[in-house]
Amino acid sequence: MTKEQPFIDVRHAQKKFGALEVLKDINLQVEKGQIVAIIGPSGSGKSTLLRAINDLDPLTSGEIWLEDKQVNKDLPHRQYEKHINTVRQEIGMVFQHFNLFPHLTVRQNITLAPKMLKDISDDEANQLVEEQLAKVGLSERIDFYPSQLSGGQKQRVAIARALAMKPKVMLFDEATSALDPELVEEVNLVMKSLAAEHMTMIIVTHEMTFAESVCDRVIFMDEGVVVEEGPPDVIFKNPQNERTKNFLRKHLNG
Amino acid sequence: MDYDLILRVYPFFLQAALVTVQLAVLSTVLGLACGALGAYARLSRMSVLRFIGAAYVSVIRGTPALIQLFILYFGGPQIGIQLDAFSAGVLGLGINIGAYMTETMRGAIIAVDKGQVEASRTLGMSGWQTMTRVVLPQAARLMIRPLGVNINAQIKGTALVAAISVVELTYTAQRYIGSTYKPFEMFLLAGLIYMVIIYVTGKGVSWIDRQVQIK
Repeated sequence: MTKEQPFIDVRHAQKKFGALEVLKDINLQVEKGQIVAIIGPSGSGKSTLLRAINDLDPLTSGEIWLEDKQVNKDLPHRQYEKHINTVRQEIGMVFQHFNLFPHLTVRQNITLAPKMLKDISDDEANQLVEEQLAKVGLSERIDFYPSQLSGGQKQRVAIARALAMKPKVMLFDEATSALDPELVEEVNLVMKSLAAEHMTMIIVTHEMTFAESVCDRVIFMDEGVVVEEGPPDVIFKNPQNERTKNFLRKHLNG
Repeated sequence: MDYDLILRVYPFFLQAALVTVQLAVLSTVLGLACGALGAYARLSRMSVLRFIGAAYVSVIRGTPALIQLFILYFGGPQIGIQLDAFSAGVLGLGINIGAYMTETMRGAIIAVDKGQVEASRTLGMSGWQTMTRVVLPQAARLMIRPLGVNINAQIKGTALVAAISVVELTYTAQRYIGSTYKPFEMFLLAGLIYMVIIYVTGKGVSWIDRQVQIK
């Protein structure tokens, strides 16, 4: 792993909604294969930061880099579209509310983008689905519609759908927050297996125990700034900042 | 109530009803086309198109359909548009219902959850791919019943073209009143036929809606 340029590099990220400054000069570097958790109270800007990484919520100023490519370029519409659609293929994203396509089967959900964007045959597409579904343990649900799946299963399909594009990094935006407590574990297990394969991941989460068990690094955000960051055992066991301590006191004992 | 009279004239009313159905079908097809274009314009990135779409909707919905038909049929020749009554009827009714359908279609498109667009775009699909493969298939299902309401209104709206002398159901009823002096029977019969057309159409719309809903 070369050290010259970080895998993901967020430089001086600033985001304003009118007068409200949601991100205040955030700098964040993620190395290849690293798993980073972003924690913090709601409204701290953690989801906005995650959504800025694939330019879903464009920054007001600052730069996002994935390897040697700048993600958030200021280009004329057509050029920007072409650019961003290419870059986004390398950044997988998983949402709190799954956002599976309800009119398509599990198979079609997973193959839609690869079929349209990559030149693959039907055989290759089928192989791709089987491979990805096996990874999330849902091979037997291949021809089901999303409405026929449980929340946990939906989220696992959503993960498989993102993985089918063979992304270089996966972004998780509170992937388990909308799930019933008994369904959280199956999604966590899938994320852990991705971690074991050294997928680069940035995870916005409310689940401290999960963050502690899988992440290499934890970032605590509050009011649009990174308050504290470090390895999980430091952040969770021995936080330095008062705001981090307060937040964790509420969340670990709550 | 003169039942004999009704039995004597109803075949002629059914013939006229055929014209009403033709008017409704043709103007609905035109309306759907106008609605699709209108919705496209209203949701466009280009402000010129958005303006044209909004102007179309507010002008058409802001004036009586009868006036629109009069402008087209009676006013048309003055500016060089010469149309026979039936064509003017189809054109006028189609443009009119198109404005309502514009709003129906636009509403259905923006009712599709924003998360669907985000999921599609984060996979790298373009705006157009997202629209055609993710948004429209879902929006189409959402718009079937409200479009059915538009079509219902359109069938009744065809009665207006009697005023520009298209020999359809309402005009026929009026003509028979002229010779029989039985407005109660004649309008009742016409109303009954409208009701049958609307009932059957409504059933058809419901059937289509059931066929395409997501399991």
